[in-house]
Amino acid sequence: MKYLTSTEVRTLELTANTIRQSIIEMLSEAGSGHTAGPLGMADIFTLLYFAILKHDPKNPEWEERDRLVLSNGHICPVLYATLAHAGYFSVDELLTLRKFGSRLQGHPHKEVLPGIETSSGPLGSGLSQAIGMALAERMDNPYSSKYFYCLTGDGELNEGQIWEAALLAGKEQLHNLIVIVDRNGIQIDGYTKDVMPLEPLAEKFAAFNFDVQEVDGHSMRALNDAIGKAQAVYSQPSLIIAHTIASKGVDVFERDFRWHGNPPGKGPEDRVAKGQQAAVALEKLRTLAGTIQAQDIS
Amino acid sequence: MFASHLQPNLTPEGVERKANRVGYGEGLLEAGTRDERVVALCCDLTESTKTDAFAKAFPKRFVQVGVAEQNLASVASGMAAMGKIPFIASYATFSPGRNWEQIRTTIAYNNSNVKIVGAHAGISVGPDGATHQMTEDIAIMRAMPNMVVIAPADIHEARKVALAAAKYDGPVYFRLGRSDTPVVTTAASPFEIGKGEIMYTKNASHATSVGIVVTGSLLFNALMAAKELETQGIGATVLHLATIKPLDTEAVRALAEGHDALVTVEEHQKIGGLGSAVAEFLSEVRPTKIVRVGIDDVFGQSGEPDELVAHYGMDVPAIIAAATKALE
Repeated sequence: MKYLTSTEVRTLELTANTIRQSIIEMLSEAGSGHTAGPLGMADIFTLLYFAILKHDPKNPEWEERDRLVLSNGHICPVLYATLAHAGYFSVDELLTLRKFGSRLQGHPHKEVLPGIETSSGPLGSGLSQAIGMALAERMDNPYSSKYFYCLTGDGELNEGQIWEAALLAGKEQLHNLIVIVDRNGIQIDGYTKDVMPLEPLAEKFAAFNFDVQEVDGHSMRALNDAIGKAQAVYSQPSLIIAHTIASKGVDVFERDFRWHGNPPGKGPEDRVAKGQQAAVALEKLRTLAGTIQAQDIS
Repeated sequence: MFASHLQPNLTPEGVERKANRVGYGEGLLEAGTRDERVVALCCDLTESTKTDAFAKAFPKRFVQVGVAEQNLASVASGMAAMGKIPFIASYATFSPGRNWEQIRTTIAYNNSNVKIVGAHAGISVGPDGATHQMTEDIAIMRAMPNMVVIAPADIHEARKVALAAAKYDGPVYFRLGRSDTPVVTTAASPFEIGKGEIMYTKNASHATSVGIVVTGSLLFNALMAAKELETQGIGATVLHLATIKPLDTEAVRALAEGHDALVTVEEHQKIGGLGSAVAEFLSEVRPTKIVRVGIDDVFGQSGEPDELVAHYGMDVPAIIAAATKALE
């Protein structure tokens, strides 16, 4: 793990801000897709792809790369935007999201876009796949330094397969496995506490033999520290509950589950009229008026 | 006339009976010996699915997933993404029955090199009853893009299927039965993914003839029916399609062109199985009278394998009756 200087934190936060702007632009152009999750996960994706992962955008199939499995495929706008800004493909291509013939499918398709480790969308299967990758790696190289990251939503934890997978990860003591849960507290039908309560979540995964941490999902330093600690756990899989704010960065969209599955232009109108939603979001991001984070920026 | 490479004693009294899952176990062990990328995963059914020999020989390449078929499919997908050739085995009602979507998204859509082994397929599972008699697997698997679907006839063919699946780059599903079934083929019988084999050739002197297309463990019944039809003065040819998808369209078309009508035979629902695949193809290129032998849109029940096969209309008399009907 590498300590982040103030300058590096500031650069990462600005990159995350750029990625958020791309998310708004691509969703607005697509006319459909998910907003809350991608905006909320922009900081985590930025930290992973710009400071943590061993990877090579010019050689996406590099054998020694760390693997990142996105389990909740519906937040792919943040994955696509991050990959583009990291150099996997052109930023211009982001505007093809969800269009006919695009490599940027509505949910990720491994076979067509570089940098995608698996196709996902149906919830709950990413953790199993990351476990399979980690198991395969351990068969070949017990002293491997590759890490296998799995990003999941919190609503996704309703799926039974997650808990099947958690049992196996605990049994196999997969120390190279690091799961990050996007704990934004919302899902399509409402707040997770109403749809299907998850708490005590940390205790649940601890009971499945995971090392569990809880962090502020918008603090680059806190996230970096947590991932560093997870990398230093040698007898258990790790799980980081990242407390995020849905739609983070655009204050007029934040914390509202109605932004889960709608793009700017089709979201709830009580705070911003549909026709103004994309422009307002971009303005908030450009001026940082819509963000309550970024102590290093302020 | 029987194909020359088949067993010599193909009579109800003389034929040997063995479980085709045993052949799978031998083939898997052999594939694992030849290629160290081969790994096996199982859901608490290691002995029953005959994955146990591999697990004993290569404990580090075996993963016991527990009773969790959804996890089974996706863990295998992850292993294949790292270059492994995973074989996943459970009962067909559970895999691909319970985990169909995980197979669809994480294996087929990813074009992942995973081999799905559905044991205890068909009605001949016997006393366990309908919950464990998988009679819809061919239908649900052949509808899935990228998926190869195979039903080996017997112990020898099951071994060859396991070996061929390990060499084939991409998703493969194959089904195995539970009970001892007639050993029809030999080690010398040819098997190639996607290629049908003529197992019985009609006597050309008969004025009318029927082509019987069969898959899996009912091959013996189809052969016995063909032999009996010949004695009744009806020419009969048996085409065994171990591979249901991709369909050997050339062989099916040639059979249709060379006979007055066709009968299809499978230990599966009539809906969506081999009979459907043959009918779909021929209806577009050479409309042919086809009578399907299979299960008629009902669930099974407990019983002995042979009595269930007879009760649900897949025994030798049922095939002969179907041929007679097809030729009406």
